[in-house]
Amino acid sequence: MGSLGKDLLGLEHLSGEKIRLILDTAEPFKEISERAIKKVPTLRGSTIVNLFFEASTRTRVSFEFAEKRLSADTVNVAASGSSVSKGETLVDTARNLEAMRIDMVVIRHGASGAAQFLAERIESNVINAGDGTHEHPTQGLLDLLTLRDHFGKLEGLKICICGDVLHSRVARSNIWGLKKMGAEVGVCGPRSLLPNAIDELGVTVFSRVEDAIQWADALNILRLQLERMQAGYIPSLREYNRVFGISRERLERAPKDLLILHPGPMNRGVEIDSDVADGPHSVILNQVTNGVAVRMAVLYLLAGGRPELAEVAKGGR
Amino acid sequence: MTDRQSTVLDARAMDRTLRRMADEIVELNDGTDDLIIVGIQRRGVQLAARIVTSIRDRESVIVPSGALDITLYRDDLQTVGPRPVVGPTDLPWAIDGKHVVIVDDVLYTGRTVRAALDELADFGRPKRIALAVLIDRGGRELPIQPDVVGKTLEVAANDRVDVLVAELDERDAVVVASVGGT
Repeated sequence: MGSLGKDLLGLEHLSGEKIRLILDTAEPFKEISERAIKKVPTLRGSTIVNLFFEASTRTRVSFEFAEKRLSADTVNVAASGSSVSKGETLVDTARNLEAMRIDMVVIRHGASGAAQFLAERIESNVINAGDGTHEHPTQGLLDLLTLRDHFGKLEGLKICICGDVLHSRVARSNIWGLKKMGAEVGVCGPRSLLPNAIDELGVTVFSRVEDAIQWADALNILRLQLERMQAGYIPSLREYNRVFGISRERLERAPKDLLILHPGPMNRGVEIDSDVADGPHSVILNQVTNGVAVRMAVLYLLAGGRPELAEVAKGGR
Repeated sequence: MTDRQSTVLDARAMDRTLRRMADEIVELNDGTDDLIIVGIQRRGVQLAARIVTSIRDRESVIVPSGALDITLYRDDLQTVGPRPVVGPTDLPWAIDGKHVVIVDDVLYTGRTVRAALDELADFGRPKRIALAVLIDRGGRELPIQPDVVGKTLEVAANDRVDVLVAELDERDAVVVASVGGT
């Protein structure tokens, strides 16, 4: 079994030591994407299925690049246009794929806990690429890597997560990951978009974005999912922008330059203004670049180490 | 299990050996033109740096050098599993048409060198690739031979040959540890 165990389902139950291992392993993988031939033979012969039950561009493409740059063979399965739309269950879909001898499944699913449910039922390695409102561990890891790149460390950093924390799997993976690495975490957003049990997560709650800006070293600004407005969580997008939107004017009142992160896709003019998103302290595109390296590191660390294959190799000598 | 250690090269002998290897590399290459020295992570990198210094002292030329980590090109991921630490690969020179000399600490099965050759091929097409190792301990599993050797050792298959470098190990030495009780 690889250094991380069988699966990567979330950061809540991953030790600080293992998180550091993933971040350290991601460092040398960055260089591979800068080469003329962006490919190493590490996962040659491994077959990976990207099983995406929800729409995704960035995460799916990032995983696919990571897999291909490690020379794995990849297949993409989307819910629409597959047997899933004919009513097949998640486990049946996965077992049928497994019957074709695959090694790993990367799963994105709308239900919280779907990745774990699958991991307990199939032998292949499972990587959670986002499950409901639960976790999105590789996004959390790439945020940690981007912060560590910039500040040189994570210990003692103050990171404020702004916006729709209630529905955000990115927020949960960030909170657990950052706290394990010794950072302080704040959250800021309308009360209707913060979980009721937010205090139990050990974070500082800011109801005014001005206070959060005074406190933090970096802001991780979450996407406001537009369908929330219809659901009555916020009065209007304009009001949300006026009260909670991150604008240049607001940031200019901060005691220091704040690093700006956003997991994408952005709603410009809602949770983040364009001159902040494109400003000198934005690392939003660095996050995307780091995403490929982090996912390569996770794939590498989950792969291989099969004792039964070692026996075969020995017998063949 | 008890380890019996014996030092086969001390710091001064190791320094002399590396200087001779540097001279042989220049001789083999007919000078320093088009020469690139590439050390294999980890200790090959420090040895490569010593060789570059030695060439500078003799020839007044600083030859370009780089570092190669071959972990991702290993052939035992499926069986042994991932290595915990992958080191940096740093090869900022175009190697097309150049004379590349791979430097490593110990040559044993030849699998590391096989991996290094594969990795170099992904960076370009050198005119020639040569291999320089501080210690050749025999026991090859692949048809690979060194061009420049510091010292040849005859050791048992389960003996361990450790090259120590001051940058990582606080002293320079080559030590053989004979594993007893097996």
